Amino acid sequence: MSTKSLAGVNVDVNEEGYLTDASQWTKEVALAIASEEGIELTDQHFEVIDYIRNKVAGGEALTIRGINKSGVVDAKTFYQLFPGAPLKKATKIAGVPKPVSCI
Amino acid sequence: MENEKKYPLKKILLICSKANLEDVYAALVMANGAVMEGIETKLFFTFFGLDAITTKRMNKLHTATVGNPGMRMPGGLPFPTMLAGLPGVESGVTAMMKKEMEKLDMPPVDEFLELIEAGGGEIYACKLAADMFKLEKDDMHPSVKAIITVGDLYAMCDGEGTQIVFT
Repeated sequence: MSTKSLAGVNVDVNEEGYLTDASQWTKEVALAIASEEGIELTDQHFEVIDYIRNKVAGGEALTIRGINKSGVVDAKTFYQLFPGAPLKKATKIAGVPKPVSCI
Repeated sequence: MENEKKYPLKKILLICSKANLEDVYAALVMANGAVMEGIETKLFFTFFGLDAITTKRMNKLHTATVGNPGMRMPGGLPFPTMLAGLPGVESGVTAMMKKEMEKLDMPPVDEFLELIEAGGGEIYACKLAADMFKLEKDDMHPSVKAIITVGDLYAMCDGEGTQIVFT
């Protein structure tokens, strides 16, 4: 674990860059992580991020199927919003732990 | 060894040749997982694996109760082969498997294929097997991109960091 300066504040991150304290997350931190990942966040990104943060706060597991059924975005749009490894990137930007599910 | 260069997987071709519920899901889970990691993914169905992309069969796959030494009764005792062959046992076991899979949020086959397709994964059927089973593209799920030959399949293996997995 280490401390990293994002958007002018110090946050605790693990070796993969995921926030270890969800309470340190702000929209500005999200923007900073996203730009490191090469993503420019739009309102639609933030809708997905809100959904993910609510799910995780409720103790529910994140899956691509769940996102597809969320009513926030479908799977195809989700892949377009967070290209490459969508769930990994989206959780990183949302300041929640990396999902451990295989699906 | 610390400085050994790593070569991350860039492209994977998964071949599914069986219609058992668990064999099909192994291929689907691996394909979906690869797509979600940003790995270019192609999923190729051949022989009995074609059941998994044949519209009228895909959501009715069974788990084999006979000839499956991994089968256990609830509680962990081995499942006697004599019992496994009785009428209705395979359906019952399959229903139980599907219930457990649903608990883990594993989608039905058609939905799983759609998720893989949504992530840019490509799904193909084997021409030889399709000819043998008298199947046309219209018999198959819309996520199936094409019916291709084994030569076409190998042609897709260009580029470094490509692996083929046969399940």
